[in-house]
Amino acid sequence: MKMKNSTLAGWGIIALFLISGCSPKGSDEKSSPFSSDVASKVYVAPGQHDEFYAFLSGGFSGQMSVYGLPSGRLLKVIPVFSLDAEKGYGFNEETKPLLQTSYGFIPWDDAHHPELSQTEGIPDGRWIFINGNNTPRVARIDLSTFETVEIIELPNSGGNHSSPFTTENTEYVVAGTRFSVPVPQKDVAVESYKENFKGALSFISCDPVTGKMDVAFQVLLPAFNYDLAHSGKGASHGWTFFTCYNAEESNTLLEANASQFDKDFIAAVNWKKAEEYVKGGKAHDFPTSFYHNIYDDNAHMATSEQIKSVKVLIPAECPGLVYYLPTPKSPHGVDVDPTGEYIVGAGKLSADMSVHSFTKMLKAIEDKAFEKEIQGIPVLNYDAILAGVVKSGGLGPLHTEFDANGNAYTTFFISSEIVKWKVGTWEVIDRSPCYYSVGHLMIPGGDSRKPFGKYMLAMNKITKDRYLPTGPEMNQSAQLYDISGDKIQLLLDFPTVGEPHYGQGIPADLIKPKSKQFFNLAENTHPYVTKSEDQTKVVREGNVVRVYMTTIRSHFAPDNIEGFQVGDKVYFHVTNLEQDWDVPHGFGIMGATNAELLIMPGQTETLLWEPKSEGVFPFYCTDFCSALHQEMQGYARVSKKGSDLKLKWWTGSAK
Amino acid sequence: MKKHFKLNGIVILSLLFMLASCGGSESNNKQSEGGSQSESNATGNSNDPMKNKGIGPVQSITLGNLDQAMVDEGQKIYTAKCSACHKAEEKFIGPAPKGIMERRSPEWIMNMILNPEEMVKSDPIAKQLLIDYNLAPMANQHLTQDEARKILEYFRTLK
Repeated sequence: MKMKNSTLAGWGIIALFLISGCSPKGSDEKSSPFSSDVASKVYVAPGQHDEFYAFLSGGFSGQMSVYGLPSGRLLKVIPVFSLDAEKGYGFNEETKPLLQTSYGFIPWDDAHHPELSQTEGIPDGRWIFINGNNTPRVARIDLSTFETVEIIELPNSGGNHSSPFTTENTEYVVAGTRFSVPVPQKDVAVESYKENFKGALSFISCDPVTGKMDVAFQVLLPAFNYDLAHSGKGASHGWTFFTCYNAEESNTLLEANASQFDKDFIAAVNWKKAEEYVKGGKAHDFPTSFYHNIYDDNAHMATSEQIKSVKVLIPAECPGLVYYLPTPKSPHGVDVDPTGEYIVGAGKLSADMSVHSFTKMLKAIEDKAFEKEIQGIPVLNYDAILAGVVKSGGLGPLHTEFDANGNAYTTFFISSEIVKWKVGTWEVIDRSPCYYSVGHLMIPGGDSRKPFGKYMLAMNKITKDRYLPTGPEMNQSAQLYDISGDKIQLLLDFPTVGEPHYGQGIPADLIKPKSKQFFNLAENTHPYVTKSEDQTKVVREGNVVRVYMTTIRSHFAPDNIEGFQVGDKVYFHVTNLEQDWDVPHGFGIMGATNAELLIMPGQTETLLWEPKSEGVFPFYCTDFCSALHQEMQGYARVSKKGSDLKLKWWTGSAK
Repeated sequence: MKKHFKLNGIVILSLLFMLASCGGSESNNKQSEGGSQSESNATGNSNDPMKNKGIGPVQSITLGNLDQAMVDEGQKIYTAKCSACHKAEEKFIGPAPKGIMERRSPEWIMNMILNPEEMVKSDPIAKQLLIDYNLAPMANQHLTQDEARKILEYFRTLK
C-alpha cells in the first residue's frame, strides 16, 4: 500500500510539472486528464499563497494556530491564553495584563472554539474570537495584526465551553457554562447541587467599530451542562441555541448518571427579547468580580479593569425568553443551516440526528404546544417542532457544517467518519472515513449564511500510525477533503498544534489586504517609547532603573550601560525604530528569569531584569535581523548594592 | 512602490525547460515578463556620479532657493528615522550626509532613501557603498516622497 502511494505521488509530481509547464493559463483544470490527481489539489507552489486561511484552536495548548489551505502549511501560532516565550507573550510587561483574572495571573487555558466575526451572517475577516474553557474567558484577536487584543472573564460560570459563537452581525458572542456552579459562588455541599447550582448563559456584546467586548447580560438557567451553541441566521436571527446534557442534574459519575433520560434539550434563547427585558429594568444586578483586559495597538500595551457587577435575567420572571427543545441522547453540537430554518441537534449517544424547524418552533410557541415547564421554562412538544430525522447509520454524531449547495456534513466520533446528507430530505448522500475518531469539522464559512465551501477539514482526536512515531504523544491529525464534487475526496493529512477542537476558514482575500506590515512609529503612544536614538537614556528611580533603548539594524542604543546595582529592578523599554515589514528585533539578557522580547517594527516592549550578582552581563538580538545580526549585542555592568558608580551609557563612544 | 521582479537562475532554467518541453508554445507565465522599467535610469551614466539618478520613483528634481521651513522639517525627520545609523558630520554605521550634494544627484539621494533594497542590488554606487560599509544594509524606513524631499533640503545645509 505504501509503495503504491509513493508511486502515485511520483506520477503526481511529474503530472504537475507537465500541467504547469505546458497548459495555457486559465485552462480548465477539470478537463485535464490529471484532474483526479490528489497531489495537485493541495500543491501550492513555492512563493505562491494559499486560497484560504484556517484558524484552528490549540485546545490544551491555549493558543490558536493558523494554517493555509489547501496546503496545510502552518503560518503562525497566535498566543492567546498561554505564555509564549517565542514572542515574549505574557512575559513582557505589556502583555501580562491580558492574562489577569479574578484568580490572579493565569498563564494557561484550554481553548476550544475559534469564531470569526460576521457581517450580515458572513465572515468578514475583522476579528476572531476564542473561548478559554478552564477559567471562563473569551478572547478577541485582531486579524490585521494576528495578535490577541482583548480577553474578558465570565462571571458565574464554570467551564466556558459553548462559546464564543457569534450572532449575524457580531452583536454578541455567547458563552454558556459547561459546568453549573453555585451562583453566586459559596461554600455549599456538592450534594445540594439541585438546590444551589445554576447554569449561566452569557451574552457578550461587541462594539461594531472597535470590537470591544462587554458582558451585556446573563440568563440564569437550571443546573444542566451547557455544551455548544450557534445563533440563528436569516429568519431565526435574534435567537441563540444552546445544547445541554445532564438534564438529570447529576453531580457524580455523569458517564452513567447523565445518560438516564431519553432526551435532553436545546435551549432556545430569544436575545432580542432579552434586550427588551434588560431595557425594561427586569435584570438583577448581581455583585461579582471579573476582569476585562484590553490591548491598545498604539500604546502597545494592555490594561486591566476589574468589574464588580453583572446584569442577570431569570427566565421565570421573563416570559418568552427561553424555551427548551427536547433533543434525544445528550446532544453535543447544535448547528443552524445557512437559511436559518433548520436546527440540527447531534445526539452524541445515538445514531440519528434530530432536526428541528424554526418555523415549527414559533408555531409551537404560539400554540403553547408545551410538554411541561422546568423552572418556568416551557418545554416544547418534540413532535410539534421536529422537521426530520437523519438516519445516518453512523454512530456518535457530534458536529455539522454546511456547503453552499444545500448539503450538510456531520462528523461521527464512534464510527470515525463524515456523513454527507441533504438538508430538507434528510437523505444520506455520501460518507468518508476519518483517521481517526473525528471531533469537529470545518468548511470555510460552513456555519455562516454563505458557506464558501470547496474544502472540508476534519479535526481528529486520535493519530496513532498516521505519521512517523514521536513517542507516546503524537500531534493531533487534521485531514483535508475536497467537497466540490458529488463525492467527498480525501486530499491531505497534516499534524496540528495542541488539540484543535473547532476551526474556522475564510478566503485569504478577505484578510490579506488588511494585514499590517509594521506599526507607525509616529503613532506610538507607549509611555516609555524612545522615538530616536538621541532620546535614549537610563533613569534611576530608587531601585527601579528604566532603560529607554532603541534598536535598528544592527545595534542597540545604548549598547554599553554601567551603574546597575544588585537588587535593582531594571526595565528595558525597547523601541524598534525599523519601519519595514518583517524586521522585528529581539532582546535577550543573561540571567533574565522570564524570556526574550520580540519587538515588531515601530513597537515598544519591556523586559524586567533583576540582576542577582555583580558582573558584566551581555545582551543581544535574538531574531536574525541582518548580515550584522551576530554583531548586535551589548553589555550591562552590575555593581554591588549602594555602589558610588553613577549610571553611564553610550553607543559607539562613551558620553 | 512598484516591486521589480528579478530574473534568477531557477526561473531561467524553468523557462528553458518549458520552451524545450512545449515545443516553443507561447508561454504567458508572468514570471517571464521580468525586468525593470526604471533600470534604464541607471544605465550608461554610472561613470559620473552626479549624472546617476539612481533607481526608484524620483525621476527629476529641480532645486530652487533654500526653503528654511523644509530644512527644519527635514532635520526632524532625519533625526527620527535616519540618525540611528547616519551622523550628519561623521561616518557611523552608514556614511555622513555632509557634502553629499557635491557627490550625488538629488534624484539618487531620494531614490536611495525611498528604494534602498533595489538600489543596493542594482545601482553601481549603492552596491559599492554596501560593500564599503561592511554589508550593513540601508533600512527602508518607508518615508513618503515628500518626507524624502524635505530631508534632501536639510542635506543642502550640510556643506
